[in-house]
Amino acid sequence: MIWNHLTYSGWGRALAVTGDIARPERISALRALPAAPAIGNRRSYGDACINGAGPVIDMTRLDRLLSFDEDTGVLEAEAGVTLGEITRLMAPRGWLLPVLPGTGFATLGGAIAMDVHGKNHHNAGSFGQHVSAIRLMQKGKARQITAKSAPTQMRATIGGLGQTGVIVSARVQMIPVSGETMQVRESRVTGWDEHIALLDASEATYTVGWLDAGARGAALGRGIVEEGEIGPDPARPPRSPHTVPLTAPHWALSKPIVRAFNALYYRRVPAAGRTVTKRLEDYFFPLDKIHDWNRLYGKRGFHQFQCVVPPDKAPALHAMLSRIAESGLASPLAVLKRLGPGRGGMMSFPMEGYTLAVDFPNRARARDLIASLEGDVSEAGGRLYLAKDALAAPDTIRAMYPEHADWAAAAAKADPDGALETDMTRRLALRRT
Amino acid sequence: MQHTWVILGATSAMARAFARALSEQGHALILAGRDMDDLKTLAADCTLRGASDARALRFDAREAKHDAPIFDALEQAEGTLNAAVFIGSMPEQARIDDNPLLLQGVMQDNFTGPARFLHAFAPMIEARGGGTIVGVGSVAGDRGRVGNYAYGASKSAFHTYLAGLRNRLGRAGGHVITVKPGFVDSAMTWGIKGMFLVAAPATVARDILRAVNKRRNVIYTPGFWRLIMLIIRTIPEPIFKKLSI
Repeated sequence: MIWNHLTYSGWGRALAVTGDIARPERISALRALPAAPAIGNRRSYGDACINGAGPVIDMTRLDRLLSFDEDTGVLEAEAGVTLGEITRLMAPRGWLLPVLPGTGFATLGGAIAMDVHGKNHHNAGSFGQHVSAIRLMQKGKARQITAKSAPTQMRATIGGLGQTGVIVSARVQMIPVSGETMQVRESRVTGWDEHIALLDASEATYTVGWLDAGARGAALGRGIVEEGEIGPDPARPPRSPHTVPLTAPHWALSKPIVRAFNALYYRRVPAAGRTVTKRLEDYFFPLDKIHDWNRLYGKRGFHQFQCVVPPDKAPALHAMLSRIAESGLASPLAVLKRLGPGRGGMMSFPMEGYTLAVDFPNRARARDLIASLEGDVSEAGGRLYLAKDALAAPDTIRAMYPEHADWAAAAAKADPDGALETDMTRRLALRRT
Repeated sequence: MQHTWVILGATSAMARAFARALSEQGHALILAGRDMDDLKTLAADCTLRGASDARALRFDAREAKHDAPIFDALEQAEGTLNAAVFIGSMPEQARIDDNPLLLQGVMQDNFTGPARFLHAFAPMIEARGGGTIVGVGSVAGDRGRVGNYAYGASKSAFHTYLAGLRNRLGRAGGHVITVKPGFVDSAMTWGIKGMFLVAAPATVARDILRAVNKRRNVIYTPGFWRLIMLIIRTIPEPIFKKLSI
């Protein structure tokens, strides 16, 4: 059958809808469908990938590799293929995607529509900057766009939340790599200043900081900075993944458990630091080994708060982290990273500065805290990440995205009837020009 | 060692997963079906995943006239020749009840079309003294149920045909595997009410490949369906005829 009637949500599981989902397995089946927003593996956290007011098209079965040019390194693939699958297939041949987000379950189409970034953003920019062509389905007709043939549509599509048409396939520039492992230098940082200083000083290709978001006082901002370089070793065979079999009870990530976890995670690395060799997938997608880990947050789900603030606003970020730590609401494994200026589209998240990502269980207190943090981000001239957001208000977001009006105009041109609207675009009134 | 596999009904989700698994082992593939655009896309995908060769050819269960180019291609291929049949169609029983003429298509797609091909293919296995045929049937073919017995009957006929072919080709060094999948997460089952324990196509493909390597005769995939169908087959007819399962 064409339509399935299912209840589904984003990765955070806090917002769910019930509706019709089509899952075409071939292009001819996709072409026959009415215009509707496309979704992938639903790895965005909030409501960017759900539509409570109409159908959606699940693109995960349109997942073929279409062509690869060994001379130029350009890969063309259908939108539903996951970045993890591309990595698995191409890394042994010496090619890697230039940008990889924290999960390999994200699809190519989703990576473009969210203009995702990775641990090398300070060097490599965002995913969309490496996409040379996109095939878009608009009103049942497919057409290819490039930065040359349709610069405005290209910049409206990259990071464009799927609002300019269904992304059917794309061409992306791969990078050659010399090995299949990552040499990772792990260093303990005892507090905020040291953390920021090490992120600033790092010259590594891949740099990311893990934070203990529960540490307070002098220990505020303590964590582990990971600096990675691709090494020459051949890959070891992967270990089989584990699955969280059930939705966990609400206390599974309660304060004492999180505190104990963070302490262990921190002490795992010796005070003098260490260098470890990891499989590429284990480095890029650390949590993918635990399938369905979002169930650990129980039935109510969770929210991820991710913001970026300009480089000179690090003190504002420090104050925000301090309030997060005081609240005792944060979950394990918060992330701090330095971002470069690279962004591929009008609605792309990255800007030069520092980005902080923290998970919160979905409780009223956490939502209140997130609301006040959003205010701090606005004040600091920063930005919230739409791939994570589920709670912000329309005016907040508009003020953070200076090219919003241009984007809304381009989306209106491509989809005048608003057939591609999602719960997110409606909540944030993003399509209003 | 590299082999040549012809895959009939290659556009189905199960066949795609199986073709990909074969590609990663470097085999040569002939991908046959009706949607040529989709087959060409799949051929490109398989080549990029390591298939030594992958080409798209037309096969239509209801029209024998397209078969010749497939056999020509097989004749020219070196080494062992193998075939996997994933072709099939499952119109709702209610539609068949309204229009009994649909029965003919169901039998062509699930039984006579594949059997026509395999019957012409069998001598090639005998001539080369080896090769494997994978025939995908269904748990629905194990017993006639009120909700799905037209489809079930066509699959049951295919099972019987495969059993006979296994008997025949075993004498010449060939082998035939009957695959009985339960519910598989594909376009065929998408949105149908009452699906449970739905298996991913990649899981089924992995089971089939394992069966090929072990030269199994009849497999259920996932394996627990063997137990479910054992129970369903042992229910006495006087009771079974009153059930609607």
